[in-house]
Amino acid sequence: MPPNRQADAASAASRRGSPWTGLGAVIAKETADHLSSARMRILEALVFLTAIAAAYAAIRSIRATIGESPFLFLRLLTLAQDPLPSFIALLGFLIPLVAIALAFDAINGEFNRRTLSRILAQPIYRDALLLGKFLAGLLSLTIGLVSLWLLVIGLGLLLFGVPPSTEETVRMLGFLVATIAYGGVWLALALLFSVVFRAPATAALAALGVWLLFALFWPVIAPLLANLIAGPPEGIFGPRMAYLTTQQIIDRLSPNTLYGETALALLHPQTRALGPVLVSQLQGALLGAPLPVSQSFILIWPQFTGLIAATIVIFTIAYVAFQRQEIRA
Amino acid sequence: MADEIVIRAEGLTKRYGPNLAVDHIDFEVKAGEIVGILGPNGSGKTTTILMLLGLTEPTGGRALVAGFDPLREPLEVKRRVGYLPDQVGFYDGLSARDNLTYTGRLAGLPRAEIDARFDAALARVGLSHVGNARVGTFSQGMRQRLGLAEILMKRPTIAILDEPTTALDPHSTQEFLAMIRGLKADGTAVLLSSHHLDQVQSVCDRVALFNRGRIALSGTVTELAGRVLGGGHVIDVEARGSGIADRLAAVPGVVRVQALGASPESQRYRVDCQRDLRAEIARRLAPEVDLLGIHFAAPSLNEVYTRYFEEARDAAE
Repeated sequence: MPPNRQADAASAASRRGSPWTGLGAVIAKETADHLSSARMRILEALVFLTAIAAAYAAIRSIRATIGESPFLFLRLLTLAQDPLPSFIALLGFLIPLVAIALAFDAINGEFNRRTLSRILAQPIYRDALLLGKFLAGLLSLTIGLVSLWLLVIGLGLLLFGVPPSTEETVRMLGFLVATIAYGGVWLALALLFSVVFRAPATAALAALGVWLLFALFWPVIAPLLANLIAGPPEGIFGPRMAYLTTQQIIDRLSPNTLYGETALALLHPQTRALGPVLVSQLQGALLGAPLPVSQSFILIWPQFTGLIAATIVIFTIAYVAFQRQEIRA
Repeated sequence: MADEIVIRAEGLTKRYGPNLAVDHIDFEVKAGEIVGILGPNGSGKTTTILMLLGLTEPTGGRALVAGFDPLREPLEVKRRVGYLPDQVGFYDGLSARDNLTYTGRLAGLPRAEIDARFDAALARVGLSHVGNARVGTFSQGMRQRLGLAEILMKRPTIAILDEPTTALDPHSTQEFLAMIRGLKADGTAVLLSSHHLDQVQSVCDRVALFNRGRIALSGTVTELAGRVLGGGHVIDVEARGSGIADRLAAVPGVVRVQALGASPESQRYRVDCQRDLRAEIARRLAPEVDLLGIHFAAPSLNEVYTRYFEEARDAAE
């Protein structure tokens, strides 16, 4: 084993003291920074204004047909009213931007301010600094999303005059948690780029590039890749299962797809499957009947765990890259 | 207590791929001692500091800092060591108080203790009047002082200062050096890395000269002068007459004679000797030469440094 590997191994095996020493201090400081920064206020204002506008437009449309659906509050989140997209479509688009804005300069900013070596000379491990920055970003995002969630429900209460049912509340809470998990993926990605790239502008551009790839180009790329891997979409007897399955797998490499499917299953209770449905699966099904909330949660479980897993994997890569970096600033 | 060793490095080595940044260095620092570490850029000073702080892992050898191994117990080491990096950075949007409160919390100090120590530390570095001002409005000199205040707040056993006076004007530099002496008076050992040799000489008890990852020389300035300049004693001679340089060079024990200047009334020379030769020189010059003055001159670290690297370069060629 080379000597430096031996040193690494020895260190990992016998490093003493909790890796989370100082974690609370990092989270408190970083969260305060986020919540008071002009950057976050601008983004929050943008998200709040557009989301409230979308919700308000949906409410006006729903009020005209108020007796037609038992899920008024879910429709409030999912109904698009021209020219505005639905509340969930807006969130799906804007949450990555907010998450990237929270983390693209998390580590390289410390390098550039020349604060990193001073901070790491305090009795903390790098683990606490990186995790603290991630958790502070997630906490800031959660605070913003919970506020927005409460605001939209409050708006619905005022304008509908009826409270959400228990099932609606549970579904909306599930959606809120899934949205936080979706934000976590982009936060971890921006954090990774902030470790890898020394210039914050480069890190921001790289993260935005990935966001554009998944938001705009992935729906185009996925069918092309599926075609290359599994052959043409149509066979002699209609759509080919191999193609559909391959395209679905490729689609689901995108956090946007995972989040979109989660939102669909939670906020449209009629959704019975998130992929190709065989005729045999429809036998005995009451089409258009809503699924119980527990069944919807079972349906989105793989997508939800996929989002969490993606966050963990990306954070781990960032962690390893950060541990290997030389601290000289 | 004064002889307690607070830093001990044994065969400390750091390799980056094929490059040996620090090559089996051994040294010790005692409590309350100020030790200067010198050397050209890339000679391994900062890497050594980072290894002592536990911020980078040694490839070989070991160190004990305040009784703890920085590789295995970096948190214990960092609790006892204050570090001021080159051109220290702070969060510009936060006040001096908020910046130091943050590092105080990272150091695990209770809030009340942080407030008390902050006020005392800021008073000591002369920044009490700007404690609540944003650090973004501070000059580089004020930032360096704030960095020192952070060290004072920590009440460390050891302070490691990396190029602390680089961006300071002469007046601020003198004030900063006085503060470093203050650390020594508190019983804190100071490891001072600097390219300003006169400053190092003015505050350090000992120096270690780094060259290509190794400690080429270490000791007091007088000891270093003895080894590099060939004599530990430097004597300034002012005299009037002819053949003075030849007479001085002929004195047994004189290593080098250097003319410092001449006026119509006298000539001045600097003589490097192996021992105190003032009486012998006076005897050899008389009676042909009028001796106007003879006294010890402190050996210059600048001279030691310059000569050492000239000789090292010549040897390499």
